[in-house]
Amino acid sequence: MFEGLTQRLTGVLDRLRRRGALSERDVEEALREIRVALLEADVALPVVKDFVRDVRARAVGQEVLRSVTPAQMVVKIVHDRLVELLGGRNEDLRLGAPPAVVLMTGLQGSGKTTTTAKLARHLEKRARKRVLVASLDTRRPAAREQLATLARQAGVESLAIVPGEDALAIARRALERARRAGFDVLILDTAGRLHVDEELMAELAAVRDLVRPAETLLVADALTGQDAVQVARTFDERIGITGVVLTRLDGDARGGAALSVRAVTGRPIKFVGVGEKLEDLQPFHPERMASRILDMGDVVTLVERAAETLEKEEAERLARRMARGRFDLEDLRKQLDQVRRLGGMSGILAQLPGIARLRKQIDASRLDEKLIVRQCAIIDSMTPEERRHPEIIHASRKRRIAAGSGTTVQEVNRLLKQHREMQKMLKRVKKAGGLGKLLGAAGMPPGLPPGVRPH
Amino acid sequence: MSGERGWFGRLRERLSRTSRALGARLGALVRRRRVDDELLEELEEALILADMGVETATRLTERLRRERFGREVEERELRETLAGWITEILARVERPLTVDPTRRPHVILVVGVNGTGKTTTIGKLAHRFAAEGPRPVLAACDTFRAAAVEQLVAWGERVGAPVVTGRPGADAAGLAYEALQRARREGADVLLIDTAGRLHNKKALMDELAKIRRVLKKLDPEAPHDTLLVLDATTGQNAHAQVATFRELVEVTGLVVTKLDGTAKGGVVVALAERFGLPVHFVGVGEGVEDLRPFRAGAFARALLDLDAPAEAPAS
Repeated sequence: MFEGLTQRLTGVLDRLRRRGALSERDVEEALREIRVALLEADVALPVVKDFVRDVRARAVGQEVLRSVTPAQMVVKIVHDRLVELLGGRNEDLRLGAPPAVVLMTGLQGSGKTTTTAKLARHLEKRARKRVLVASLDTRRPAAREQLATLARQAGVESLAIVPGEDALAIARRALERARRAGFDVLILDTAGRLHVDEELMAELAAVRDLVRPAETLLVADALTGQDAVQVARTFDERIGITGVVLTRLDGDARGGAALSVRAVTGRPIKFVGVGEKLEDLQPFHPERMASRILDMGDVVTLVERAAETLEKEEAERLARRMARGRFDLEDLRKQLDQVRRLGGMSGILAQLPGIARLRKQIDASRLDEKLIVRQCAIIDSMTPEERRHPEIIHASRKRRIAAGSGTTVQEVNRLLKQHREMQKMLKRVKKAGGLGKLLGAAGMPPGLPPGVRPH
Repeated sequence: MSGERGWFGRLRERLSRTSRALGARLGALVRRRRVDDELLEELEEALILADMGVETATRLTERLRRERFGREVEERELRETLAGWITEILARVERPLTVDPTRRPHVILVVGVNGTGKTTTIGKLAHRFAAEGPRPVLAACDTFRAAAVEQLVAWGERVGAPVVTGRPGADAAGLAYEALQRARREGADVLLIDTAGRLHNKKALMDELAKIRRVLKKLDPEAPHDTLLVLDATTGQNAHAQVATFRELVEVTGLVVTKLDGTAKGGVVVALAERFGLPVHFVGVGEGVEDLRPFRAGAFARALLDLDAPAEAPAS
């Protein structure tokens, strides 16, 4: 999903990131590329223009360019703006008193019927609602049979088909049935229609007036081009939509419509269709979507943020000490603390999609958080003297430390051994003069000792 | 010629809704103005709004910069110029779909993402063939989508063409084989094969389409004689991905562009012509059975820019 857009955006942002200082011209150039990337992903032009204007205003303004990490700031601005564009936070259906009617609308081929069945299944299974579905599509051949078939697959009841009925009559009968049989939700699938088709839009308005839907959802195809805006706006003006279901977000959709629809109508995207199976409907989470669009870029941002939380001065002080080959348990303690904070991040990182490569790195570094906590406890149970001169720690001191930290003598030994190895390694590194290289390696934050391998 | 004009009028009427916005935009920005950076940028945006894509839009505006920069232009002149350029691009892909009567049947495989209007297009094509002479047989090889078969059967009844069907989930290739056998037996002129459009499951789709082609070739080494990719005009730049993907899966021989009767501008066709050069055979301009029309480069370009009937067919 979003591959095209993701690649383009990450490419632009990565190039930006590789620079130290940024000039206004760098930002301008990046923005031009972002504009093209968004347009090629079919984000609506007015939305793109707003987006670029906003990001420029925030990026070129005051502190950003003069800050320590201007590129990161720009990436963050783009990310934040994307989240805003997508709607901020997830919004659920607002169903109200039963039978709550959900009216499904949209163009032909946007996936209304399949979405109707998916949504019915979702409400039955997840929200424990009794759902009735009915198709008002008397135009497309076999449309009603299609819904009946899908409903059967979803284990949801569908209104019996009476040939020759018009949309309003079906709607009336469906509502009646839902009331009598005590259904919680009635989902009405409608004929796909062009927003410029006066007759059909009038019919839809009549249905709406009859059933007074709690939710009127526009089912929109994520593959839609610049026209998405026009369609969404017209449906909203004529029928009044309360939310959007975006279909076909699997495929190779660049998903520009996802970015446009919300911005243009101001109506939240409530669900996304992500596959051909009936369970492939998910509540929409703007934050996650933004992260997915920026993919690696976003992960990298997270790592960088983590690096920022390691207090810079502390890291630099440690780096200096390490460069001189001096590294006592006091220093190790601080290191472990930072690793632990990063480890917390690793949990978050692991949950983000599309970061298989990075996940491997995280696994490889074996950040076992519990172990780090225990090691910190061990060091905390030492006297300052012991921390500065670990060589004085012999048998009885070890027993005291183990007891104090709730660990075993073996664990204390392991820590001490690890520390000795780190010191040895530091000396070697110092001789080789390659410390800088090591510190900057593989996304590890500065100051992380190369020897930290808790296992 | 009158048929052609009638067709043009219809497309233009449909497209005029479409391009009114674009036309109005161009109009608003061009009325006797100097061609400068600002104008070129506005123009580029108008073209992007028509879904022509950044690359094509930029190329057209850059050409305008080279050839017209600094001059005073009139709205109409500018549109004529652009329509001319777009016609040049599209003329290469304006090629009719011809049924070879000696093949008996001429096998046409219809592919595309779901929801683009494959089944409807087949129905309309069948209607068109039946009206012109060649007798069609339809094969409902989309055994995946619920009720796809019923939909095609309904079309078959409407146009009086036999439809070969199987059970839901049946083997699509087996069905295609059976359909070709039957079409031969009945001496049909055209066999139209509907397929599933499961883009999200590329592997399954690839296997299925490859198998359909393989079994068809067992009976006729040259089949399928045509493979049409159906594109939805409301699709934006994703159409590029769709063409690229399906060309990987099957030898796409031509395009059909549907749903040009909304406000979608279908400008991506111009970009596709530049990039792939695949023939565009038909455009869908409405829901009626008559609303699948041969593609005409000049008419398409001019309608896109909200210009009157083509110069070669002056109003008398």
